[in-house]
Amino acid sequence: MNTHAALLVAVMAAVTMLLRFLPFLVFRKKTPPYIAYLGEVLPAAIIGMLVVYCLKDTAVTKPPFGAPELIAGLAVVGLQAWRRSSLLSILGGTAIYMVLVQTVFVA
Amino acid sequence: MVFPPEERCAMKSEIVRKAFLKSLPVMAGYVILGIGFGILLRDAGYGLPWAFAMAVAIYAGSMQYVGVGLLAGGAGILTTILTTVMVNARHLFYSISMIDKYKNAGRFKPYMIFALTDETYSLLCDGDTPDRENADLYRFLVSLFNQLYWITGCVLGSLLGTVLPFPTTGIEFSMTALFIASFTEQWIRTKDHLPAITGLLSTLLCLLVFGPERFLIPAMLLITLVLTLLRSRRGRKAV
Repeated sequence: MNTHAALLVAVMAAVTMLLRFLPFLVFRKKTPPYIAYLGEVLPAAIIGMLVVYCLKDTAVTKPPFGAPELIAGLAVVGLQAWRRSSLLSILGGTAIYMVLVQTVFVA
Repeated sequence: MVFPPEERCAMKSEIVRKAFLKSLPVMAGYVILGIGFGILLRDAGYGLPWAFAMAVAIYAGSMQYVGVGLLAGGAGILTTILTTVMVNARHLFYSISMIDKYKNAGRFKPYMIFALTDETYSLLCDGDTPDRENADLYRFLVSLFNQLYWITGCVLGSLLGTVLPFPTTGIEFSMTALFIASFTEQWIRTKDHLPAITGLLSTLLCLLVFGPERFLIPAMLLITLVLTLLRSRRGRKAV
């Protein structure tokens, strides 16, 4: 089992590295305008995708209807808009979420 | 220009100082997120050597969080490859936008490409450097400092996991919070919100249609398609 786990770690490392190096190897001379455009607009879209990805298992049809995620998520947005410090937003939002799921919305 | 050795040395330590200051906002974030990861990984049955190895060799925060699930569930090789591609595909685009900036980085370049995480990208993508001459050393150092913070966090989490004085239920929300914070930040910083909205809505739609197990690849295809259509609408000259 440990051999398999080590193999999985190696695969994750190799694929991640490949993704980071590939554009440097492929577009050595000149970046085509279409790729440059994607490089400009994709990061914002992908972060949006990752937000949804993180929340994909939230149960919105049964109590508490995703309330902890909604409250803590809004807290992160509010903190970020207020102080512009990612660290504060992440810490604050996570602390609120942990308090909510451990005390208010106990499963 | 040729500087006497002692002057060049002073310039180098100035670069180190500037790079360290630039990396400071990431330090606390990486240490805390790393601790969260180390705890999760230990809870899944993988201790210190695993946390260290993953922080050194993978060095991708969200992928390592997802990787805990893969390890715990004994995922197959193909699933692991596909999941890594989906979770980390955005790195293709970070690299694409750094091709020009990293062009002359020489011996620093391989490590700088390897260490191009979301946070390092967000620190370096504006292309702003304190000193043109030493821009590559500066970027290399920012990248290196960030990884050192990350390794420290992952190792600490693995060590602390068993002795933390409070229950850690819900700590996995730190990853969600990270992305919500970056989403909010880029929203505030940019005028054109169409890419961000495209990302959110396309993914939500694919989640509803394909379900939580297999929506990521369709979502990425749909996002690319919609952004491509938006480009031809806004006209090629605008790009």
